[in-house]
Amino acid sequence: MTDRLLAPLHAIGTYFILMGRAFASVREVRTYWSNFITQMVRIGVESIPIVALAAAFTGAVLTVQTAYQLQTSFVPNTIIGSIVVPSMMLELAAVITAFILAGRVGARIAAELGTMRVSEQIDALEVMGLNSISFLILPRVLAGVVMFPALYIFACLIGIGGGLGIAEAAGLLSTTEFIEGARQFYQPFDPYFGLIKSITFGFIITSIACYKGYYTKGGAEGVGQSTTEAAVQSCVFVLLADLALAVLLL
Amino acid sequence: MIQIEHLHKSFGDLDVLEDVSLNIHEGETLAIIGHSGSGKSVLMKHIVGLLSPDKGRVLVDDVDICSVPYERLREVRKHFGVLFQGGALFDSMTSEENVAFPLEYFSSRSPAEIKARVAECLELVRMPDVGPKKPAELSGGMRKRVALARAIALEPKYILYDEPTSGLDPQTSNTIDELIQQLAEEMNVTSVVVTHDMHSVFNIADRAAFLYGKNLHWVGPINAIHDRADPVLDSFVTASEYHVGTHPTASSPS
Repeated sequence: MTDRLLAPLHAIGTYFILMGRAFASVREVRTYWSNFITQMVRIGVESIPIVALAAAFTGAVLTVQTAYQLQTSFVPNTIIGSIVVPSMMLELAAVITAFILAGRVGARIAAELGTMRVSEQIDALEVMGLNSISFLILPRVLAGVVMFPALYIFACLIGIGGGLGIAEAAGLLSTTEFIEGARQFYQPFDPYFGLIKSITFGFIITSIACYKGYYTKGGAEGVGQSTTEAAVQSCVFVLLADLALAVLLL
Repeated sequence: MIQIEHLHKSFGDLDVLEDVSLNIHEGETLAIIGHSGSGKSVLMKHIVGLLSPDKGRVLVDDVDICSVPYERLREVRKHFGVLFQGGALFDSMTSEENVAFPLEYFSSRSPAEIKARVAECLELVRMPDVGPKKPAELSGGMRKRVALARAIALEPKYILYDEPTSGLDPQTSNTIDELIQQLAEEMNVTSVVVTHDMHSVFNIADRAAFLYGKNLHWVGPINAIHDRADPVLDSFVTASEYHVGTHPTASSPS
């Protein structure tokens, strides 16, 4: 009974120790540099199509729905741009990207490291004299922290472009009106807030996935469990961090 | 020399090893034998510091690897080559890349020298043509031989084998046994072989250490294993010999 109560505390402690050991080995650049580049490609570049698709549709749907909600009011059309652009910058580009990547990147990392653990590949790295944490975990977490903001910027551009495109195509409002609205209530802090969020989400998703994968136990069942837990827990902590950052920074 | 002193290990409520002491001498081939679940692999993982004992210590060339800082442990580990049960080859790499991996990180060889050493190691394990193949394209025995090539790439002082012949057909098992003997002779390495395959043990080992009931039950030269008056060891060895067909009466059904 006590063990079950202490299990979450043990998990939190193990997670922080793992991250501490990962960042303490940051000087071993030679060990993880090529792996870091590979992970940036896998986490960032290979995620571009799905992030683009989700961002474009989110921006487009947000624009159509905002136009629908405002159709009977007497507010000017430019307000649609004033709502869509900050919504993408402050919330949707970062959160939608994070949810997609929790599934795509988080699950992949957990499954990859979990399989390496159960097939003794991590032990093999250790007995060769390599620091498996600096070799496997640090490049993935750093790649997440670097590539998530890049994907966020990309999602913002595509999402706003999607909204602008559908507004013009459906005759909801003109490009000029959309841009004018966006400029009207633009706060210079908005993109910075989104960037802070995306860095935080990048760290949360990759670090949780690494933790789950690295400490996988059992065989195929253990890998499946780690993968599921990584995706679910990443989403939960992304939402918690989203709220905390909004309360703290806005 | 590897010295294991009064080692205790448990996982939760399960005691696996109790007060195990064992010396492994330079240049010998020691077989750690015992039933499944007797703690053989757990003992082997202590030798390279993959597990920490609850009590006791492991000395490798007089370095207590249970208490040294991690960086020092990594240095000690560079003297080891380990053949894991499933090979533990990196899936994403070809056989050549797997063998080259430790050389790229821990040797100052040029790319051409690494390539030559990789070819030499693959030749040594009689797998010269599998270089471009990935582990998924190899059979179990081939994977183990490529893993062995990787384990010897840096010319280690100690080689640990975890169930090297498990899951292999008798002919492939014999090939692995021959390789273990060949490497022990040619490279003058100290070998520790965790196995329950007595046929292998008689082929390759100089000494055997029998784990039973959490303890080290018997240690001795391999040719003394039949001179026992020990019902537990006798039962294990006889059952194994019947199983592999090496016992004098195994082929004559009653």
